[in-house]
This record gives sequence, structure tokens and C-alpha cells, in this order.
Amino acid sequence: MASFPKWLRGAALGAAALAAVVLPGAARAEDTIKIGILHSLSGTMAISETTLKDVMLMLIDEQNKKGGLLGKKLEAVVVDPASNWPLFAEKARELLTVDKVAAVFGCWTSVSRKSVLPVFEELDGILFYPVQYEGEESSRNVFYTGAAPNQQAIPAVDYLMGEEGVKRWVLEGTDYVYPRTTNKILEAYLKSKGVAAGDIMINYTPFGFSDWQNEVAKIKKFGSEGKKTAVVSTINGDANVPFYKELGNQGIKATDIPVVAFSVGEEELAGIDTKPLVGHLAAWNYFESIDTPANKAFIKEWHDFTKKPTRTTNDPMEAHYIGFNMWVKAVEKAGTTQPDKVIDAMIGVAVPNLTGGYATMMPNHHITKPVYIGEVQGDGQFNVVWNTPGTVVAQEWSPYLPGSRDLIADWRKPLSCGNFNVKTGKCGGASK
Amino acid sequence: MNLIRVLLLMFALCPFAAQAQDDPFAGLAGNYEAIRHAVEALAVSGNPNAAATVAALQAGTLFAAPDQSLWIRQGDTLTNARTGVTGTPEGDLRRVRVNNAVRRAIEEATGALTLFAPVPAKRIKAAADLFAQHDAAMLPMLERALAKETDPAVRGAIEQAYAAALLAAGVAPVTDRLAAIDVLRRRGDLDASNLLASLTNQPPQVAAAAARAVAAIARVQRLWALAQGVFYGLSLGSVLLLAAAGLAITFGVMGVINMAHGEMVMLGAYTTFLVQQAIGAYAPALAGAGVVLAVPAAFVVAGAVGIAVERLLIRFLYGRPLETLLATWGLSLALQQAVRSIFGASNRDVTSPGWMSGAAQWGGLTITFNRLYIIVFAALVVAALMAVLRFTPLGLRMRAVTQNRRMAAAMGIRTPWIDALTFGLGSGVAGMAGVALSQIDNVSPNLGQGYIIDSFMVVVFGGVGNLWGTLVSALTLGIVNKFLEPVAGAVLAKIFVLVLLILFIQRKPRGLFPLKGRAVEA
Amino acid sequence: MSRASLTLCLTMVLGGAALLALLNLVVPAGSALHVPTYTVSLFGKYLSYAMLAVAVDLVWGFAGILSLGHAAFFALGGYAMGMYLMRQIGTRGVYGNAILPDFMVFLNWKSLPWYWQGFDHPAFAIVMVLVVPGLLALVFGWLAFRSRVTGVYLSIITQALTYALLLAFFRNDMGFGGNNGLTDFKDMFGIPLHADATRDGLLVATAIFLALELLIARYVVTSRFGKVLIAVRDAESRTRFLGYRPEAYKLFVFVLSAVMAGVGGALYVPQVGIINPSEFSPANSIEAVIWVAVGGRGTLVGAVLGAVLVNLGKTFFTGALPELWLFALGAVFIMVTLVLPGGLLGLARRRAPRAVPAAPAPEPAE
Repeated sequence: MASFPKWLRGAALGAAALAAVVLPGAARAEDTIKIGILHSLSGTMAISETTLKDVMLMLIDEQNKKGGLLGKKLEAVVVDPASNWPLFAEKARELLTVDKVAAVFGCWTSVSRKSVLPVFEELDGILFYPVQYEGEESSRNVFYTGAAPNQQAIPAVDYLMGEEGVKRWVLEGTDYVYPRTTNKILEAYLKSKGVAAGDIMINYTPFGFSDWQNEVAKIKKFGSEGKKTAVVSTINGDANVPFYKELGNQGIKATDIPVVAFSVGEEELAGIDTKPLVGHLAAWNYFESIDTPANKAFIKEWHDFTKKPTRTTNDPMEAHYIGFNMWVKAVEKAGTTQPDKVIDAMIGVAVPNLTGGYATMMPNHHITKPVYIGEVQGDGQFNVVWNTPGTVVAQEWSPYLPGSRDLIADWRKPLSCGNFNVKTGKCGGASK
Repeated sequence: MNLIRVLLLMFALCPFAAQAQDDPFAGLAGNYEAIRHAVEALAVSGNPNAAATVAALQAGTLFAAPDQSLWIRQGDTLTNARTGVTGTPEGDLRRVRVNNAVRRAIEEATGALTLFAPVPAKRIKAAADLFAQHDAAMLPMLERALAKETDPAVRGAIEQAYAAALLAAGVAPVTDRLAAIDVLRRRGDLDASNLLASLTNQPPQVAAAAARAVAAIARVQRLWALAQGVFYGLSLGSVLLLAAAGLAITFGVMGVINMAHGEMVMLGAYTTFLVQQAIGAYAPALAGAGVVLAVPAAFVVAGAVGIAVERLLIRFLYGRPLETLLATWGLSLALQQAVRSIFGASNRDVTSPGWMSGAAQWGGLTITFNRLYIIVFAALVVAALMAVLRFTPLGLRMRAVTQNRRMAAAMGIRTPWIDALTFGLGSGVAGMAGVALSQIDNVSPNLGQGYIIDSFMVVVFGGVGNLWGTLVSALTLGIVNKFLEPVAGAVLAKIFVLVLLILFIQRKPRGLFPLKGRAVEA
Repeated sequence: MSRASLTLCLTMVLGGAALLALLNLVVPAGSALHVPTYTVSLFGKYLSYAMLAVAVDLVWGFAGILSLGHAAFFALGGYAMGMYLMRQIGTRGVYGNAILPDFMVFLNWKSLPWYWQGFDHPAFAIVMVLVVPGLLALVFGWLAFRSRVTGVYLSIITQALTYALLLAFFRNDMGFGGNNGLTDFKDMFGIPLHADATRDGLLVATAIFLALELLIARYVVTSRFGKVLIAVRDAESRTRFLGYRPEAYKLFVFVLSAVMAGVGGALYVPQVGIINPSEFSPANSIEAVIWVAVGGRGTLVGAVLGAVLVNLGKTFFTGALPELWLFALGAVFIMVTLVLPGGLLGLARRRAPRAVPAAPAPEPAE
């Protein structure tokens, strides 16, 4: 059965694949503007990122219907970094050097962003990063359209302290950089508000943790000591469903110990029976249930585009919506897609968000956002119970961390620095 | 707040004493603060429609019209909350939403009122709520309830609530307080201990008694904690056992390094989802039985896929176990992607039926029902598997084929067919494990990946080819893990277990229960 | 493994790497013959994977030790190199701390942990690249081979080993940067990493190390030692009865292989720019075994071929068929086992068709 010609055929196939890698893009047309989409479509992060790829396709499609940009059509280049961090860097390099995309929309986890960051800085590309994150970063080549900790975590804690009268805090997180940093900030913030160290419990669990019996029992015990207790959850992705299921089964109701989560949105709730969870909270900058004309139109368009009338929308989708519109506006302003010019044109661009306000790109490459606190409803949606009166400007360097207290980012000329130390008056960190 | 409680109390004692305020309903169309006050006002208003309105608010069936009128929706009919008359309001209705503060107000209002409810369970619940509040203002009402109560269980609950309130009041005679401390010591849980520990400004006698009671409770709690740890361990162990049982057949008995085992589990979980969807669409009355019906369905689906895989792929690879690793790894990638293409990448929502939700409190032990059922289910599955292998003709042939293939063939057994059925059986068991896992974990394409490594560990630790070994090993690993967790934290506990496992294999290179005889030296 | 195929492989690896580097560096960017830097670092990555694959083939193909945890040694070598690169960043990190890496600054660490000491010296780091994986392999192998853990039992505990390391490195308290790992490297031995010439140099260096690895491996397996090793693979008990001590042979080759994997990892890190705990994930180790199987077990050259081809396919398919590539990859693995039992090289060597193996033997695996 194994004959020589077959082997030859295999070799030919291999050669074809080789050629495709070595000489890519040689035959591709250059009369479109290419936009890279760098979201995992397989592996552990596909669960969250696939939706973002779809929303980008929708936004690009819509822009093309409006006549494209600068007289050219937009073309999406989708690649799959497969939840593999080195592959993110490789694919970013491929998008920038082989496909020569004008901008990249992508990444979800902090590690994927850290992995591609040197590539974008080296090749001078543009990345739009749509997910809430730990802050402590500002790159000339990255636009952060998700929330920094002060645009999500601190207002949520304020709400619990004020409205629910919470005195004791459990900071429960997955052991990686976003929860670690957020909890550090929150711990410092809570202490500055007079919460005793004994009233704060910080706990970390690994990724994909599924057996929450001990941890939930621990929370229950911590919360049974008389003072009103709340859980601030930075539990990531997959671990949330078993966590909430265990909460429900051990009988922890939102009226006893409310849980406020920063990584649980409509998409995550779609996988849980939310009836036992009614009243638990989430803090985001957008909820699908927010009743504005812009949001209604967006949801309708999303359902039409995906042909699934039940598909939910969520916060990072809105971030991509804002980021994409900002990029379009900046390109129009600059009259070119050349990254240097677009990066300069981005600062100060303001576009409507989906919740009835405006998002502005600030000099620190973060955007202004309103903060909403929502309570989980029985139908898997959130009911907004509180929101900030206006939008909040991101603090990319947290004033609550000793290492970053004196740093600011300002990418306007002449400063043009992502980590300017106001004490020493020098660009480049905290050192003397 | 206390004033309101007193008002509530008066209301409870003498329903006609409370006077209706100008319009207790007014706030319901306002903000959360207003709604909360309205609920409190309604509770003392004595308005005949108050109870129905509060119940509707809690159930989310209360709506407000633009003209501030309030409507309760029942099916298609709308009833005016104020008047109790059906009608059709003008303009768009808006659901009156509640937040946690309002929910608490509702609970407090209903909690105090249901102390006199006709159903004993409701009275117990009310007493438990009052225990948690331990508010001195409630004493007269509790006394009254105690005097009326005949049901011993409810009496016990009310006595505890009474003792808590009495101690909190801090004015009762010393003998009464000592008696109350005794009641709390017998209750013996954390709440009681916290309450006792928080007592201040007590006479020395009382303080000493309280301290003794706290110490006594702590002793008992330590024992309970031990029992609780065993339960957690058994529960984790049963999950591991379920995940590994199928592998104990395909890998342990047949020697196929089946990297697609986790995907069979995943298929079982998705079958549960489909069964649930089908029941929701065609037979909503059976909703509670969805999980039960999913068990045979998952067995059949995963088993059929297993047989197909064996016939199309694995049978060509016998005798080359490491190449089955390669092929089944490829298969697992393809199956994951197939499920991702069909069902989407996000989690699917498998609801737990009512009888599997919640927990029972047994002394200091919290037994969550879903975990309990999974333990029972795992026991049943393993028992059934052993029975099949031991007592059925199929099991006999399977054992014959694995022990001596040529001899079995010479006796007229169709060995290829038995191979397929054995692989199908292992896969089917994995599918049933998926039903159980859908109750506690994500139903996502990655479900199987999370269990495959643990499953191999369990089978190898127990001794390949030995179902008893798998059973003992799963439970041991579960319990060891759960006892290490509080000491070392979740991550370190897992690392310790892995290191212990590695060291154990060095001591006993063929697992807990090695197979004896010739097969070993193969 | 024939001498001819080895020579061919060495020529292709060394010549190909040199050619790619040359075309990247010398030919101007506009020319049709220009090779983009992207391709250079891509092949650099493939060749470091190939080093891992050869290491796996050495133990699996010639000593019968199926390690499902070899990526752990690769990653440990990578971490040793990453720690050196991290220390080289110095004050160029975002916080500008001269001593502490960024992730330690924001976790409020006050001083460098003891196990980070010395990594600012390149010589020390290079020694660690060899010593850390080697030492782990020595301890683990000594325990395992001494008590005659074989077959699947060995495979599973190697998997447990890499899984435990994965969990450990994920912990932020360990001081290896947690999930984010080590990244944002600036330069190596004083040469800026982001220059094209550096990438070309790294590619050529990787090719040279791979060639060296192949030569060492070939020397080992064709020597008298290697003959005993193959005897151990094929009939361990019989070899023992002949008076040899299989555990010593296995231990030596296991440690050698771990060191080789470590060197591969050390070359991998500067080329991909990040090292993170996911390199320890058992799936990576299984993939490395698959490269070997695709190329042909026990051929050394096949391992190189398999590693390069599978990863080439992965790169190509994740770009060309982002939604379907797992089907393609899965199908390749299934087809290789069904149609090409000896891997690609086995096919080239064996012209005569082989009968489908008879019905399964009842032993537990391997």
C-alpha cells in the first residue's frame, strides 16, 4: 500500500505548505485595507474569544457596507493563535510583516498581550486590546479599550460598602496577574477606608479549578462571624461555573453574602442556570440589558449577523465596537492608515459608546468609561442597580501600588512616554 | 430599623392595630430606596392586597405603568395591585426590579410574619431567620409563638431563636441566661459559637459558662470538620472514579492508551444538554427527570461513538499501543473541534433539577445534594460495571479475550466483536460520567481535557487492569487531596498529591493492586 | 539510521539555516528572493522544537522510555535562559528597577529570591541551562529506573512530573512570573534581540546545536553502549540476565536527553520572546512525541523531519484554515498512524507492503 509515488505526493504537499509559509502574501491584492483579528478560536480561550472574532467581522462588514474607508474596502485577516502564548507572538508577527495589516484587534489574557507587546513595539503596529485588565502598562502601540482596575473594581467595592454596608471582604481570585494586581489594589484601597486586615481574606485558586467545596465552605465560615460579608471575585473563565454551582448548593444567597465578579458577563452566564444566583453582582462598563437606542440597534445587528437571535452581547464586544470606530475616525482624520500617523491621531478621538455616552481616547491610550453594577437576573441578564454619574478616566498606573504611585503615561508630544516618573521627572520607571 | 421591627411586631401580635399609611404602594414605582420603604410600609399596612403585592414583587411579576399604577401579571391577566381589580393599563409596562437590599427587606418582612404560618417548615424557616437576627425586640413575639407551638421541631427552633434574642438583650436574670447558653451549646454550630463569643459585659458566672460552651462547640466542630473533609474527599474521589472508570476498561483492560477518553466524557455531557433541550421542547413535565433520562442516552451515544472508533481506527493499531496514543490524540483534537463547530465555543447551560440542588444540614455537616447523588451514582456505575464483567455472558467473553485471546477465539468467541463491545462499554461509561460532570462543571468543548490526566493517574495508581484498584485509588486521591487543601492551599495540595503519586509508583511500580501472573511480564 | 540520511539531514539543517539567514540579511527587502525576518524566527522556533524531538527520540526510539514529560526539561532550560534575559533588562523595565524584574516590583517583592542570584552572569545561566534539567532527570530517573518502573507507569509519572511543574510555575508565589512568565526581553550577551542579524544568528546557532545534538545522539546509539541500549529497549529482562544493568544505561541516556531538551529550550526562548508555564503542559510533551512518531521513531533524522513538518503545518493551517485546522491536524495524526506505521522515514525505507498486524495481544500497553 505504501508506494513511492504516494511518498512523492506527500513531499509535494509538504513543499506546497513550505512555499505557503516562506512566500506568503506574494499573490495577494493590495487594494484593500487589511485588519488583523488575533483571537483564539481553539484551546481554552476559544470560549471567550470566538465571539470577539465574530463581532469584528460584523463591524468590518458594516463599515464596508458604508463604503469602506478612504475609498478602499476593509478586509479581515483571521488567524488562530490557539490559546498558545508563543503562537500569539508568531501570529502577530505574521499579521504585521506578511499580511501587512493596518491594525490588529485581539488578545484576551494578559499573557497573550505581554507576549505580543514586544512584536508590536518592534514592528510599530497597532493593537486594540478589548478586555478589562490589571493596568500597570501603557505602550505607544497598544490602545486599551477595556477597563483599568479603577474603572471596574474600585467603584464596585464602593457600591458594596455604601449600598450593602459590607464590612468584611473575601478577595477570591484565580492565581494570575490580573487578580493578583487587582486584589493588591483593592487591599490597599480597603485599608485606606479603614477596613482591618483581619476583615480581609485573600485566596487564590488555579486555572480551571473545579472542586470548590473547601473554598466555598471557607467563605461561608468567614462570612458567619457577624459582620456583613461580600466576595470580590476575580475568578477567571472556566472556574466560574463550578464556583457558582457550589455557592448555590451550599445555600449562599446574594442576600447573605453577595459576590461581585469582574470576569463574569452575559457570555459566561449563558452556561449557568442563574436562578440560584439572582442578586449576585457584576461590575462592567456595559451590559446587554442597558436600554439605549444605540445598544438596541447593536444587539439587533448582532443577531442578524450571526443569525442566532439568542446570542448575547458583552462588555469586551462593546470595547471592540468603540475601538474599531475610534480607529476608523482616526484613520479618516489622519488620511492614511500608516501606524505612526494613526497613533498620533487617535488621542482625543471621541466616539459614542453603546450606553448613551461618549468614549474618549485619553493620552494614556486608555478610554473613558462609565461603570455599571448589575445584579444577576433569573434570565441570565443583568439588572443595573447602580452606575457612575459620568465616565471615569483610567488610572493605568495605580496610585495604590507603591511601585507605580509616581508614574503617569502621556503619549502626546513632547512627553511621549508610557511610564513617566513625576517625582524624578524622567521617562522610564521608578528608579532614580 | 428597630422601630420598624417593633411596628412589625405589633402587627404580628394584633393585626388590626397597625394603621394604613397614606399610600404604602406609592414607593413601589420609585427607586430601590423607595421600594424598600414601601415593602416595609406594606408589611405593617394591613392592606388586604399587601401580601399579594409583596409576593409579586419577589416573583418579578409586578409591573408599573407610566401613570404610576401598579399591576400584577398572572398569565395573561393583569390585576391592579392597589385595588385587586383586573384591567388593562395604558402605556408600556415596566417591570418593578429589586436589588439585594429590597430582597432583604422582603425576607425580613415575610420572615417575621411567617412565624405563625400554618406550615411547620415555614415556621422553622422563620425561627431560623429570627435566630440570625437575634434582636431583643422580637422577644415578646417569640414568647407568644413558644406558648402556642406544639410541633417539637419548630419548638426547638423557636427556643434557639428565643435564647439568642435573650442573650443579645442582656437584661434577663442569670439563671435564664445560663439556660439560654445551654440551648446554644446544644445547637452547637458556628453561628451559636460566634454569638456566644460575642457576648460582652456578662456576670462572671455567665461569661464562664459561655466560654465553656464555646470550647465545647469548638471540640464538636473539629470532629464535624473531619467528617466534612471525608465527605468532600469522597465527593472528589467519586468524580475521579467516574471519570476514570471508563478508562479502567479501555486502557486498563484493553491496553489502549485512549487520549480521546476525555472527549467521550464531553460527549456524555453534551448529550445531557441535548436531552434537556428535547425535554424542554416536547415534554416539559419531565424536566426534573432530564438528568436521569440522559444517563442511558449518554451511555448509548458515547458507546456508539466508541464502537465506531474501535472499528474504524483502533482495531488497526492493536499491539502498537503507542500509536494508539498518537491516533486517539488526533481524534480528540478533531472531536473537540467538531463539538465546537456544532455547539459553539461557549458553555452550554445544563440546569440541575430541583431535587439535585441545595444541601442538607446534618449536625455540623453540610451535605450538598448534587455531590451526594454523584457519590451514589458513581457507586452504582462501578457496581454495575463489575456486575457486567462478572456475571453476564458478555463480561465472561471480555475476560476470556483479555486473558487469552487465542484460546478464546478457539472456543468460538468472535474476538473482534468483543473488542468493539469492550471499547464501547468503556466509552459508554465515560459518557455516563459526562452526565454527572455536567452537573458540577462547565459543559464546554474543553470539558474532557480537564479530566484526562487525572483519569490516567487514577488508573495507574490503582494498578492497570484492576477495577477495585481504580475504586480505591480514586477515593484515596480524593480524600488525600481534600485533607491537604485546607493546610496547603488548592494548588500546593495538588502538587503534593502528584509528587506523592510519583514517589508511590517508585515504591510499588505497578500500582496499588498489581496484576499477578504472566500478563505482568508482557 | 543510515549515514546518508544523516548527512542529508545535517546538510539541509545547516545549509537551510545559513541560506535563510543570508537571504534575510543580504538580499534587499524588495527582492523576490528576500526572506522576511518572520520566516527566520519561525524556522528558528522549528529547529529548537526539533532539538526537543531528537531528545525524545533518543530515549523513546532507542531506550524504549516513552517520556510524556519531556517538555518539562525543554521548559526548564527555557526558564534558565529566560531568567538570564530577564536580568539583562535591567533598568529598561517599565518600573525601571535595576535588580528586580517587573513582575516582582508590582507584587511588592523587596529583594531578589536566592534562586535568581547569579543569573545575571551569562556563564552561570548557561551552566544552569544544562544542570537544572540534567539534575531533575538524574533524580527522577534514578528513582524510577532503580525501582524498575517501566511502560505506561513510567509514561504516566513523567506526565505527573510535568503537570506538577506546570502547577508550580503557575503560582505567582514561586517567583517565576506566574502565568505571564518571563517576557519583554531586550538583549542577549549584549546584542539587541530585536535586530534582524541577531535573529539570523540565533537561527544559525540553533542549527549548529541541532547538528551537534544529532551527531552526539548518533555517536551514542551506534556505539557499543547504544547496542546495549537497544537490547534494553527490546528485552529488558533478558539484558539484565546477561549481566548488564539496564537502569544505568537508561539513566545515562535519560539525563543526556534531558540536557539536550534543555539546550533546545534555551535557544527557543530568545527566538519566541516569551517563556510561560504552559510550556510545561502535558499536551506539549505529547505533541513532541507525535513529531517523533510522524517522522519515524528511532531514526533521529525522522524526529527533525517530523518536528519541522508538523509545526510548519500548524503555522500554515492556523493562518489558512483558522476554524478547521484542528480537523486537519487531527486527521494528519490519524492518517500517519494508520497509513505510515513507521513514520515518514519508515515509509521511505520500507518499500514492501506490510500486512496489517494480527489481532491484539492482551498485554497492558507497552
